[in-house]
Amino acid sequence: MPTLTPHTEVQSPPRFTQETLGWVPWVEPLDELDLTERHYEGLVQRPRAKNPYFRLLARDPEVLGARTKTDLDIFYNTADGLGRAERELGAAVASRSNGCVYCASVHSAFATHFSKRGEDVQRLLDEGVATDLGDEAWNAVRDAVVALTATPVRFGAEHVAALRASGLDDVAVLDVINSGAFFNWANRLMLSLGEPTLS
Amino acid sequence: MDVIDRLSRIAAGSRLDELRAHRPAAREQAQATYDALFSPINAGAMSRLERHAVAAFVAALFDVPAAEQHYARLLADADPAIAAAVTEAVELGRGAGPYGSFGGELVAESQAGPELILTPPLADALGVRLTAALQHTHMLALHPRDSARERLQPLVDAGWSADGIVTLSQLVSFLAFQVRVVAGLTVLAAEGSL
Repeated sequence: MPTLTPHTEVQSPPRFTQETLGWVPWVEPLDELDLTERHYEGLVQRPRAKNPYFRLLARDPEVLGARTKTDLDIFYNTADGLGRAERELGAAVASRSNGCVYCASVHSAFATHFSKRGEDVQRLLDEGVATDLGDEAWNAVRDAVVALTATPVRFGAEHVAALRASGLDDVAVLDVINSGAFFNWANRLMLSLGEPTLS
Repeated sequence: MDVIDRLSRIAAGSRLDELRAHRPAAREQAQATYDALFSPINAGAMSRLERHAVAAFVAALFDVPAAEQHYARLLADADPAIAAAVTEAVELGRGAGPYGSFGGELVAESQAGPELILTPPLADALGVRLTAALQHTHMLALHPRDSARERLQPLVDAGWSADGIVTLSQLVSFLAFQVRVVAGLTVLAAEGSL
């Protein structure tokens, strides 16, 4: 089997959007018929076998499994800490900063869903990470994630102070770090293994 | 104590140890990812030496000192000659990111920046597979939005399989996460010591 997928014409999204996009892999995913229990363990949730992105990452099932469980705890463990909307905002900010149009579409839509602040989210997409996101807490999350996404990392005590001043507790600050850092992982996979397409 | 704790100087029983315990699966599975990447069940698609070389290179590009030293030490223990070549490659590749090109209506947001160019003696020292891998890694670390289908071809031409490309991408991308968690926790840990 060839390593790369056959070239296909895609309709590239011309701008960042909250609309649902498709994603086309450049490297051949595993065939669903070839998946074994080891692969399903890596996929964690069996329906993910329908998704070509996850079937591609299933080529290294141990890494995929650990990555997926890291992701789920950072974004869905809501026993305490940062709200779901702000975690998704962190993901969207990292994605906007790194330039991952696909990741930004998914997580900006989630941020809007949980916050009902679609206009603030859309301004992040349209104007970029320097825009005013409407309140102190969102701007503090944005500043922290942009600083964390930069190379060299610029995240410092002033970002922690601003997050605390906006009302976040220690667990919420950890969630900002985790969600911003995690999208520096996710963005690089989605950007380098395939491309977004208008669906 | 896991690798992130060690690199962030978090002691057992400390305030930061207790804080990390609020996200137990994230903590445990970040370490499980590290173990799967650096102690793989099967290193057929990407050798252990290749894993250590790419990790040392990308940790140095990200410029988080504790992580840079950790991965430099692992590579130096594995192969001092490759470690010396990677150190040279780091000097050629250091830069500030993220930059890169956009298409469509975003073209005005494009930010130019350097590509890694390895000298022929350095490419000889690294070999074809690591030369292609470090070039790809430089893009992924500093200008990931320059990713393109044709930029995978040099990896294929150098003998990287589909499985190998996935593991290489995961390794670089995981390090992008891990060093940022370390950077963030280091700030929080320093605050506690004031």
